[in-house]
This record gives sequence, C-alpha cells and structure tokens, in this order.
Amino acid sequence: MSRPTTPKVAVAAPPGSEEKARAICEAHGGRPDELLEIFHAVQAELGFVPEQTLPVIADALNLTRAEVYGVLSFYHDFRSAPAGRHIVKMCRAEACQAMHTEEVCRHAEQRLGTRFGETSPDGEFTLQAVYCLGNCALSPAMMIDGDLFGCVDKKRFDAIIADLDKEAAA
Amino acid sequence: MTKVFIPRDAAALSMGADAVAKAIAAEAKKRKKNIELVRNGSRGMLFLEPLVEVETEGGRVAYGPVSAADVADLFKADFLAGGKHKLFHGLTEEIPYFKKQERLTFARCGIIDPLSIEEYRAHGGFEGLSKALAMDPGDIVAEVTTSGLRGRGGAGFPTGIKWKTVLDTEAEQKYICCNADEGDSGTFADRMLMEGDPFCLIEGTIIAGIAVGATKGYIYIRSEYPHAVATFREAIRVLTEANWLGRTIQGSAYDFELFVRVGAGAYICGEETSMLDSLEGKRGLVRYKPPLPAIEGLFGKPTVINNVLSLASVPIIIAKGGEYYRDFGVGKSRGTLAFQLAGNIKQGGLVEKAFGVTARELIEDFGGGTLSGRPVRAVQFGGPLGAYLPESKLDTQMDYEAFIKEEAMVGHGGVVVFDDTVDMAKQARFAMEFCVIESCGKCTPCRIGSVRGVEVIDRIIANENRAENIELLKDLCVTMTDGSLCAMGGLTPMPVMSALNHFPDDFNRPARAEAAE
Repeated sequence: MSRPTTPKVAVAAPPGSEEKARAICEAHGGRPDELLEIFHAVQAELGFVPEQTLPVIADALNLTRAEVYGVLSFYHDFRSAPAGRHIVKMCRAEACQAMHTEEVCRHAEQRLGTRFGETSPDGEFTLQAVYCLGNCALSPAMMIDGDLFGCVDKKRFDAIIADLDKEAAA
Repeated sequence: MTKVFIPRDAAALSMGADAVAKAIAAEAKKRKKNIELVRNGSRGMLFLEPLVEVETEGGRVAYGPVSAADVADLFKADFLAGGKHKLFHGLTEEIPYFKKQERLTFARCGIIDPLSIEEYRAHGGFEGLSKALAMDPGDIVAEVTTSGLRGRGGAGFPTGIKWKTVLDTEAEQKYICCNADEGDSGTFADRMLMEGDPFCLIEGTIIAGIAVGATKGYIYIRSEYPHAVATFREAIRVLTEANWLGRTIQGSAYDFELFVRVGAGAYICGEETSMLDSLEGKRGLVRYKPPLPAIEGLFGKPTVINNVLSLASVPIIIAKGGEYYRDFGVGKSRGTLAFQLAGNIKQGGLVEKAFGVTARELIEDFGGGTLSGRPVRAVQFGGPLGAYLPESKLDTQMDYEAFIKEEAMVGHGGVVVFDDTVDMAKQARFAMEFCVIESCGKCTPCRIGSVRGVEVIDRIIANENRAENIELLKDLCVTMTDGSLCAMGGLTPMPVMSALNHFPDDFNRPARAEAAE
C-alpha cells in the first residue's frame, strides 16, 4: 500500500550494478522516454533498483538525479530494496472486496508471517496489496511471481502456498 | 486429428488451464489419440473456466469448468467425440450466456488462435484495414463519426470528432496512443481482447494511423497484465514479419510502427495526459488542458488517445460500414459495450450487448445473481470512480445518458455486485482511501481532499458530531468535483455521495470498536 521510500541505511548494491545499469541504458539508446522500461529492466536483472544506479542512469540519459529519483519514487512497482524470494500480490480492490478479500488478506499476513508492504523475516515472501489484477469475475484474485490465481479463499490460498513450498523442496 | 481448445487467457490460467492442457496432452498420448491443442482466448464465460472445447462435426462443444483431475474421466466419457459428461454444456454457441450476446468487437475472441494470421483472416480479420488502405483518410474519419462510436475507456467522447481534430492539425509527426492501462476494478475486457484477439486491436490502431496521418503508435499496457504484454509483443512481431506493420504495409504507401510500453503500477496513468507523461518517461502527472492532446499530445505532437476497445471496434466499423455499427444501441449510445460482470456474482464474465440492456438483465439473466446466494444490495458501475446503485435501480437502462440521470456512469462497462453483507460507509471510505493512494498529487482538491475525506468518514463512522461531519463531507465532495484537475479527484465523490445518498443507514450505525481501523 505504501510507495517505495529511500531506505534510511543505504542498501548494498549487487556487484556490477552500475555497469549493468549503464549497459541497459545503452540498449535503450540512452533515450530518456524509455526510463520506465529501463527501471523495469534493471529491476528484472538486479531484483530491485539500487540507489547506486541512479547517478549512472541520470548520466546515461542526460537527466538530473532528482528527475530520475522522482520517476522511481512515483511508481508503485519499483523497489529500492530487495524483495523476498516470492512476491505475493493480493488484490484489495472493489470486486475482490465484494468476495471478502480482506479476510483472505488478514489470513495471508498470518500464514506468510509478514505485513503488507513488507518481507517475511526468513526472506521467503514479500506481501503486496494491488488494486485490480483484471480477474474480477473470479474474485478474490492473487498473483505470485507473475502467475495469476482466481477464487482465492483461505483454503485455496494455503494450497497454493503449500505447492510453492513443495516446488522449493523438489 | 481432433482439435481441442483450451484458453490461454489469464483468467483461465488463474483457474488451472495450463495444468488441464498438460493433463489432456498426456492422457491423449497414453490413449494414442491424435489431438491438436489450440490455446485460444476466452469466450468470456469466466465462471466456466477453464472451458475446454472440442471440435465435432456439429460444431464446437464445451466442457467446463474442467480441472486436471477431471481429465481422465472426460476421456472415459469420450469427450473427443462430444460425449456426455457432468461438465458437458453442449454446443458452445448455444449456451444461452453466449448466444444472447451481440459480439461485434469480441466476434473472434475465444474462437481463434490469437496469433494465427490465417485464422484471423478466415474470420473477417483485416477486411477493415484492407478497405482503409484504399480509402481517403477523411472518409475513414467520417465512417467512424457515422458509427457513433464513443470512447470506451469511460469518458464517452465521440471518437470521430477526436480523430478529425488530429487529422486537421498539421505536423510532421503524429501519434496514436492506445490506453491499455485498465486499472478499474471490475474491468477486464481490454485484457481479454489483448490476449484473445490482439490483431484486432492492432488493425484498429493502424486504421487510426491511416485516418489521421500518424506513422507511429504506442500501446501503454499496465504491468499487472504480464500475459497481455507477452501476447501483444508476440502479436506485433508476427504482424511485422508479415508486413501488416512496418514500412509500406502490404505494398501500400502507408508506414506504421507500434511500440509496447509497460506501466509501473500507477492507477493514475490511465488518465490520458498522465499516460502521455509516463510514455515520455516521466512521473505520471496529469497535464492541464488546453492544449488538447489531439493538438499537443505525446512529445508535443498531435496525438489520438483511444482506449483498447475503442480502437478494437474500428475494424468492424470500416469493414461493415458506420451505419451497421450505429444500428445497434439506443439514443446517443450507439453500438455495443463489453459489460463485465464481476464481484459477488454467480456467473461472472464478459457480456457484449448493444446499449439499452438493463442492469437487471445483466446481473440476473446473465449473471444468475450473487455467488453467495444472498440478495444483491449494491452494484458499482464503471469502476472505482463510478456510483454505487441500490437494487431498486437495477431496471436502469445501460446507456451513457440514462446513467448520468441517475448521477452514475456506465464507464468502461464494469459491473461489480455486492450482497447484503456490504457496509457502504466502508466502501465510501475506501473510495477516498484509493484516491489518497493513487492521486498524482498535482492538484490540491485531489491530493489533500482525499486525505481529509478519509478522516471525515472515519469520524462519521465513529459517530463524532455525525450530522456536522456529513455536511462537511458533502461540502468536501463539491470542492473535489469542481476543483480537481482530472477525473481522479473529480469523480472520487461519485461513489462516496452515491453511498451516502442511497445507503444513509450505513452512515448512521452505532459506533463500533473496529470502525476506525
């Protein structure tokens, strides 16, 4: 629910972050209008957008750091710190509310051991609220690492999470 | 070789369509049955997903909702020959939910392989574009004007007039921007079309380009739709290879390039000018109007901004003529709308009908009432910025003007049903809260008004000076409606005031301990 914020303590960037960010900017022709695409690519590659990459991106696109940070902080999708191994997005918008998503959301916090907007202490799950996944005829909806699920009541939620655990064990 | 259709639509996948496809392929191999699996779009009967169809001599028959565990049983029932089974629904096109629809925009969705040019053409694809390539641009615009098509994103602005402005504005570069940032809860029609018939949207976009003199187009798809993004990127690749996109399309004098841009989780980017800023790589802030985007839009150039379904309706309008399309619908609402039945509904899905159908027909005849089996209490139409109407208003005709009379809006055709367990004061609070979360922050009524709105509603719920705070809330809603820069702040009062007006009892309950939560 909360927007990404600058971490109080600088998060260590994965090795080679700056070089990778520069290469991504080059692949996008150094075009400032492709900044969102660049952030998506950086996040796909590094798991988040490290603060250390911002000066590099600003330089490559001929923008100020403030402009680059302004864009990063505007969009809910971009993270300034690493996420858990699985990203669980629960829809909390109206259609899912009509099917009592709030109960499932409370259950999810308990089951995953984390609150919305945070990552579980074991680093397994980041839990996020989203507002509509476009699966409103099969509410409540949830997305885990890009896979969409429909009709997610508490029981189905547990089954889906148990399947993830099984995959991890396999 | 028997053709078996299993949707690749995200909603079908969300109910296990991939596992079903895998199980059917494995079981067929085991039984030495020769089948061809087609991953089609969804027919829109989402309550039956995964809906498996088998091509038989008499036509396609349907089984659903199928789970992987049903597969062995289906083979036993000889479903490959259309055998009877408890999940059998007969001919797909005879299922009343489907048969009673008027499919114009979604005519091919769920029927064809979404990425097969051959199948697309066999079902009338590229007829509109082939015609448009030989037409005078002004005549294309005139045809769209005749059709009476209005912006399907929710605002309902006449598409032909928008196009005419761009056509008449001279510039060395013009753009078509397709708004696929379908963020409204209760809507999924854009997603279904992009996954089930992406060529149709691309065809409409190219026609728009020819009509106004634009050679470049952008489609802004929300990041919450990874399946649509993947399908659409692939669709662009396939059509570019076949010269339906790119330079000198099909040997004509026209060029058209189309680019996909993925959003980043900001609802406000569905607002057209905010989308333009986002496309330019900036924070998605709403722009002042004027200048209109039709005159100074993307990168300062004349730009057509249309919703997915507006553009996807263009091919059939050009192929069959504006009058054909116009003859559907009522009053000033011409053609069809893809209604999306969502929330607490037994038979949720997509129903494309001519304007003029009543809300009750949609919810009761198509939708079969609530999934919980409890009485319908409130229905939110047109997304999070649309009004909540009580059950007593369900005989309202679904058209733009009839809904305005009820201080409501048809919007993008979303219909979200709530049963009698809903607390409308909570829903009103959420409308304000959503505006807090998603406001771009540029104008004060929206940025600050929404925060104050949540606080005031909390006080009303907690029964603090209730009468005065209700007056204050009404006053705040007037300020937001009149003073906001765009529809985000300007329409947030609509769900709030409709909840207050139609469900006053919910704002007048004894205070509860958890109310301020």
